[in-house]
Amino acid sequence: MDQGIQLGGIDYVILAIYFVFVLGIGWALKAHQKTSEDFFLSGRSIPAWIAGLAFLSANLGAQEVIGMAASGAKYGIATSHFYWVGAIPAMVFVGVFMMPFYYGSRARSVPEYLKLRFDEKTRGFNAISFASMTVFSSGISMYALAKLFQVLLGWDFDFSIWISALIVLVYIYMGGLTSAIYNEVLQFFLIVLGFIPLVFLGLRDAGGWDGLVARLHGVATANGYPEGAWTQSWAHMGSPQSNPMGVEWFGMVMGLGFVLSFGYWCTDFLVVQRAMAADSMASARRTPLIAAVPKMLFPFLVIFPGMIAVALTYQGGDGFTLPRMADGTYDYTMSIPMMLGHYFPPGILGLGLTALMASFMSGMAGNVTAFNTVWTYDIYQSYIKKDGTDQHYLWMGRMTTIFGILVSVGCAYLATAFNNIMDFLQLVFAFVNAPLFATFLLGMFWRRATGHGAFFGLVLGTLAAAVHHGLTLPAGAAVGIKGGWLPGSPLHTYPSEMAQNFWTAIWAWTVCFVATIAISWLTRQKKSDDDLKGLVWALTPKIKEHGLPWWKTPEGLGALVLAMAVVLNAVFW
Amino acid sequence: MRLDIRTPIGLMFSIFGGLLLVFGIVTEGDAIYERSLGINVNASWGAVLLAFGAAMLWLGRAHPAPPPVSDAPPEGPSPS
Repeated sequence: MDQGIQLGGIDYVILAIYFVFVLGIGWALKAHQKTSEDFFLSGRSIPAWIAGLAFLSANLGAQEVIGMAASGAKYGIATSHFYWVGAIPAMVFVGVFMMPFYYGSRARSVPEYLKLRFDEKTRGFNAISFASMTVFSSGISMYALAKLFQVLLGWDFDFSIWISALIVLVYIYMGGLTSAIYNEVLQFFLIVLGFIPLVFLGLRDAGGWDGLVARLHGVATANGYPEGAWTQSWAHMGSPQSNPMGVEWFGMVMGLGFVLSFGYWCTDFLVVQRAMAADSMASARRTPLIAAVPKMLFPFLVIFPGMIAVALTYQGGDGFTLPRMADGTYDYTMSIPMMLGHYFPPGILGLGLTALMASFMSGMAGNVTAFNTVWTYDIYQSYIKKDGTDQHYLWMGRMTTIFGILVSVGCAYLATAFNNIMDFLQLVFAFVNAPLFATFLLGMFWRRATGHGAFFGLVLGTLAAAVHHGLTLPAGAAVGIKGGWLPGSPLHTYPSEMAQNFWTAIWAWTVCFVATIAISWLTRQKKSDDDLKGLVWALTPKIKEHGLPWWKTPEGLGALVLAMAVVLNAVFW
Repeated sequence: MRLDIRTPIGLMFSIFGGLLLVFGIVTEGDAIYERSLGINVNASWGAVLLAFGAAMLWLGRAHPAPPPVSDAPPEGPSPS
């Protein structure tokens, strides 16, 4: 980096005030943590709008913010498919169809639902893979943030890691999930209000939307794509060669829209936990629906900066430019941080950096609260100490918070030494997550699905993902972490990594789906219809909320949200 | 849970807004605003944050959250 950012006194004051508030919220909630349910599930007392914003914010880690801007620069407006094709339909689905099971079954975690619906081994598999995934991802994002602050502000790497870990530790230790959720709401507003002026200034500099489009036409043609490749989300999805993502519409809709997005939003306890903490079934079902509205507008906040950054960079001159990496390609991940430094004078610069810090903390807190719940309920209480008192599990939750954060810090340092190992682990977890949605879909809508079917279906689906990854390669990549490590490969070469990811997910899902059905037919269903009441669609009484106009019911809200997503897709077609 | 989250949010953004507004007024015309295309973003965005903070504080006061009503089902299968 040739130009570090100089922070003024006022910027540090803003950051310090933010820390005071974050810790103050934890302190204020300390007295309310009396039972383990208070600590892990907020005593199921969170109103819908708060749970909804936390649902969104827990997913809005620094990696999401930085990564979406990077994709915006690299792939243009097509990145919005992650939102308008992926997240939004999945969030509507989880609110309308899945929440009745999650909330109604009184399961305290996603793995616990799997135990109630299937059996112990399915739960164990999910609990262990999920718990390790959360500490690793919080470690990776901690590493990414500390690295960023080191490069950008010249902060000491160790200092960044320990100060942020300590603050997250203190507020979760004191206030449990409630404190994490309340802080996520605070962080949500901070992220939104911190980035709006950035988008405004960047867009103004690029000559408004029309100016941006004109410049991005230049970017597209310079890279050998049709003119609108960066500014039209669907028009160039006909073939993988005509858009920078390197995928065609089918792979995108099935891989990203269906498997990856539904898999994440419907089964990842990190987000589902926020809805489980809601104060009623009505609120739990509205949590993802409320979250979907701001989610749908997030592309303007996180993808636009990347598009603006790449447009201005290609324009040349002495305006904004992205830094280059060692190999000469642009470092797209620096889009937002570099723009903050370029456009924000001292004062609002503090606000922007605090927003970046907030996004990191909300992501990390989400991981930590999900980890301590799954560890305490699904691993410790299930396999290690079954007969503890509630106070014992509350104590355990607090200890796990410390332990989880320490392990995350360890992972962050591991990442500094072995970057490839972390990439590899993330890949493995992607394998585990992709088939999970097939298990849930069958579990919730087909009463005949058995425990053996679910467990071996998951294992085979995970294996299928690994095999597909091992047999294929993205164009131009070296054999190894990017794939192609099985003998006889590459059987197929994808135009991009993204295309390979989507198809890995499609294969994993399909194999899990088919295998679960086949094995379920071959094995005996040990759960009676009575056992499955409240866990399977056909055996659960339908929830009716009387006296509401149609647009206030979850179904009506869901339809409105979907209609809005369709409009957005059409506008940027 | 008697902490209304709107109060700390309102308070924090009022402080941020006030701080930026005052800082923006003091530094009006300063060279630092060349970065932000000649716009005094501190003063203008500070005013927006202040208004947002005040609105949150007012909402928290004027419309206190109703006591939680629980229609959660009775204890289900005891998890072990």
